Formats: sequence, structure tokens, C-alpha cells
Amino acid sequence: MIFTNIGVVPGKEIVEHYGIVQGSTVRAKHVGRDFMATLKNLVGGELRGYTELLQDSREEAMTRMGDEADKLGANAVVNIRFATSSVAQGAAELFVYGTAVKVE
Amino acid sequence: MESIFNFSGLTIFFFLVCLGYGAGTINERRHYRSLQTREKQLSGLLVVTVEEGVDYQSWQRSELVTGSVVISIDYFKRVLAAIRNIFGGRVASYESLVERARREAILRMKEKAAAHGYEFVVNIRLETAAIGSRANQKRQIGSVEAIAYGTALGDRQK
Repeated sequence: MIFTNIGVVPGKEIVEHYGIVQGSTVRAKHVGRDFMATLKNLVGGELRGYTELLQDSREEAMTRMGDEADKLGANAVVNIRFATSSVAQGAAELFVYGTAVKVE
Repeated sequence: MESIFNFSGLTIFFFLVCLGYGAGTINERRHYRSLQTREKQLSGLLVVTVEEGVDYQSWQRSELVTGSVVISIDYFKRVLAAIRNIFGGRVASYESLVERARREAILRMKEKAAAHGYEFVVNIRLETAAIGSRANQKRQIGSVEAIAYGTALGDRQK
């Protein structure tokens, strides 16, 4: 499965379009991480726990999108966009969408 | 009198402000220094925001690369920003926070692209989101997440 956020797949030709595919995941952090984040909130700096959490979630969302594209018979997803929203206290939604295509 | 001032609460507040000021300033300076050196190292990898005008057929390899970071503001700057909220104007403390977050996100994306041997990143997009337990409250923003993503290209054929 090839992912790009441009309209084409470099070095390949798009032969068929399958329409929009999407993947999303809602994640909450665990208490230990949240406690560390509260401490880090005082001194500033990177919240590694959150960075990792969001990265993992985004990968999961990409995998789900890839699975959906796979089911349609596509072998690439082009024009991918990411979006993040905070749906509830302490939980974040990571959302990714794109166009499933077949390339040769 | 003492009950009006609530002495212990005030002491904790001043301690947190001083701690935030000291540690926050050191953290920020260190981060800016590391950003500068790493940006210099990766200056050879070209990153552009355009999508059109690139000869895509000449590149044989491509991959979606992302970079993200969550950075929190320190207590002192949060107090400063709260005071700023009363008078209005530039909130310099948050400006430096989002700037650092974006630069870091772009750098991580470039590092990933460079590590996989790509030579060029096109159509880079940046996004920022407020993260944390207070993200849904209007009054305070705990921390910001910056994401940078783009398509890395490699193996150019002449």
C-alpha cells in the first residue's frame, strides 16, 4: 500500500479511482502519563507521552484507512489529509482520509 | 489578616511561578539551540509546500512522511498569558511555543525522510491542535500539538 499526500503516485500511473477512504481512532492517555504531563506542564517542554500516544494513534488510523482501501481493491491512497480534534476531556480523535486508487 | 492572604497558597503560587520561569527559560533556550543546529544539518533536504510543477514521473520512490510533537508551556508563561488576556495584545509566550512546536515537527519529518534516503519533500502541510485535559475549556490551553506531513521523493531517474 502506497500513501502520498499529492494527487499522483510518483513513478506510477493511476488506472482506477475508488473514491474516499478514511480511518479514525479515539484515544485516551493513561493515568501515569497524565500525571507526568501535569508535572511537565509546570516547567514546560515536550510531553513525550502525548507525542508517542498521538503518533501511535495516527499510525493506527492510517492502518485502518489502508485496510478499507485494500477491501476496495486499491493498492494506493493519494491526497491524504490529517485532522485532530479533542472530543472529550483527555481523549483525542485522530482522523485521516484520502482517495483510494489503483496504480500500475 | 492571614486568612485573607492565605499565606501558604500564595507561597506555593510564587514557588511555581519561579520554578516555571527558571526551568522554562532553560528548556526553551536549549530547545532553540538544538533546533538551530539540527536545521543546519538538514538544510540540504529541500522541503516545499507546492504540489504542482514537479516532474513526478522521474522519481521512482515515494512515501508519506510525518513528524509531530506535543509541547507544553511553563507555569510562568501561562500566568503571563492570563494577564495578557486582560489587557489584550501580543501574547509573546504562546508565539514562541507554537513556533518551536512547528519547527520541531518539520525537523522530525525531515529527519525521517533523510533516514530513509529521500532527497525531496513536496506538498508539506502543517497542522496545530490544542491537546490536554484543558483543551476543551476556553480559558487555558495546556499544550499544543504540531504535525507536519508531506510526500518524500527519492531515486531520481534522469
